[in-house]
Amino acid sequence: MTASTPEPVLSVAGLRVSFRQTEAVRGVSLAVGRGETHCVVGESGCGKSISALSVMNLLPRGAIRTADHIRFQGQDLLKLSETQFARLRGDKIAMIFQEPMTSLNPAYTIGSQMSEVFERHRRATRRQAMDRAAELLARVGITAPGMRLGQYPHQLSGGLRQRVMIAMALMCDPELLIADEPTTALDVTVQAQILRLLQKLQQELGLALLLITHDFGVVARMAQRVSVMYAGEVIESGTAADLFAAPTHPYTRGLLECIPVPGQVAPGERLGSIPGAVPRIAPGFVGCGFRERCALATPECARAVPKRAAGGDHSYLCRLQPDWKRDAAA
Amino acid sequence: MKATATVPALSFRSRLPSFRHFATFLGVVIVGAAILIAIFAPYLTPHDPFAQNLNLRMIPPVWMDESMPEHLLGTDQLGRDYLSRLIYGARISLLIGVLTVVTSGLIGITLGIIGGFYGGRTDQFVMFLITCRLSIPLILVALTVVALVGSSLAVVILTLGLLLWDRFAVVARTTTMQVRNLDYIAAAQAAGASRIHILLREVLPNIANHLVVVATLEMALAILLEAALSFLGLGVPPPLPSWGLMIAEAKEYMFFSPWVIMTPGIALFVLVLGINLLGDGLRDLLKAGSRQ
Repeated sequence: MTASTPEPVLSVAGLRVSFRQTEAVRGVSLAVGRGETHCVVGESGCGKSISALSVMNLLPRGAIRTADHIRFQGQDLLKLSETQFARLRGDKIAMIFQEPMTSLNPAYTIGSQMSEVFERHRRATRRQAMDRAAELLARVGITAPGMRLGQYPHQLSGGLRQRVMIAMALMCDPELLIADEPTTALDVTVQAQILRLLQKLQQELGLALLLITHDFGVVARMAQRVSVMYAGEVIESGTAADLFAAPTHPYTRGLLECIPVPGQVAPGERLGSIPGAVPRIAPGFVGCGFRERCALATPECARAVPKRAAGGDHSYLCRLQPDWKRDAAA
Repeated sequence: MKATATVPALSFRSRLPSFRHFATFLGVVIVGAAILIAIFAPYLTPHDPFAQNLNLRMIPPVWMDESMPEHLLGTDQLGRDYLSRLIYGARISLLIGVLTVVTSGLIGITLGIIGGFYGGRTDQFVMFLITCRLSIPLILVALTVVALVGSSLAVVILTLGLLLWDRFAVVARTTTMQVRNLDYIAAAQAAGASRIHILLREVLPNIANHLVVVATLEMALAILLEAALSFLGLGVPPPLPSWGLMIAEAKEYMFFSPWVIMTPGIALFVLVLGINLLGDGLRDLLKAGSRQ
């Protein structure tokens, strides 16, 4: 773990989000330190985006959010009013979205959209804001930033737009950057460029980066800490090194077995798969959310699941002991 | 998805480019000419449109017998120069068209954006207002209001403005709903933008192309309604040269001198046609240009 300060930039504990008939997030806790990348990984519908949005207080209508605490730089975000929150968003906490094709407003030039954030939060003039925008565009590796500032989003490619989004997020020197699947919509080569860029910027600026993804490849490349989410819970979390060395929760193991690793998986050998889909969790659900898809499930799994430590920061939610062997348990 | 949707539209349009261009061009010319005529009316009119001359009543236009060259389009039943009244009538028509659209646009767009953006109860309330408005018979209410309050230009404009906002509201509401869930709205929120900023600066510019088209349609409708009200004697008060009023005043003479009713009728037809052609053209233009 690199340069993790005692007080994390963002710390979330016991976050729960529910919609009328569904519990989308059930007691998620995570922390991101300065200069640290925390990856939240999980399949679609597991609550990772909702968790990120609830940190920003941008949940869709009808969502109910409760938490033990959501602390940002020692400040309790649960107590902030909407106006105070608006002041924080885009300034100290910035966010990048999944779809670069639609996350820029087609009606305005790149420059005017970028400078708007800066003018709003820093009371800067258009002139200063444009200078800052040009500087950041150059920084995210866009050539001829002066020309790009005058262009409209439809004149830019997907990769360029995502760079613009990143630059826009950095306009006010945020402490925390939340990236919600920033590379999912991009093709693989551009994806690698964007990830490299995020990594570089994070190291240079000491950002706390909360990266949401469903791609373990991205996790392996970026993360210092990982939280694996399933059905609204963090079912396993730890440092990336620990987690990849000793994945403990059956779901995490299952996920990792799905990934073909050159040299380890012989040609023609079947990859692992996890049957079924993420269940919808109705209010009042008890027990392990994975039990219906788990090969190791016993009746015991329908009762509340203990959180177990697997050494260091590594913890997971399962009835099995940390040193369980797949064959022995099965 | 968007790309596949535009492909057939493009190929359809490319089959008829010349007519499309011509129609739009014609619309621009007609509306442009009408606006210029309205602005420069005092310099264009050969006579005072209000000056009566009972010795020279019902002079026919120049291409007919017994015409007088100084009255190009003849005179009406009070001996007023018809061309001058027609030119000043363009002013009234355009004034009513523009001001009505501004009033109704303001009401309708505000309601529509709020309903479409917030959804839920708010949207239900807006929909209720729209339904109420749609169930009101337009001409009847306009007649009643004008009859009760008395007719003046301001009353006509306000009445029409307060009644014609439904299409603005419907279009603003549905287009806002389409835009609301796009990522750039969420991105603006994530960048700390206020609600009012999001509605006015993020949503409005992206639905403006649809609203411009509605505005042209409503303008044509308002002009026609004013003519209808004036024809019924409840629109613009008499000495003012409104085209509807000219038609109304001419109807008694239409069997003996049909040109008195045809001239303002043709003027009205041409202006409304021009506005509609312009609206069609704008719709095609903005549809093609607004997306990638």
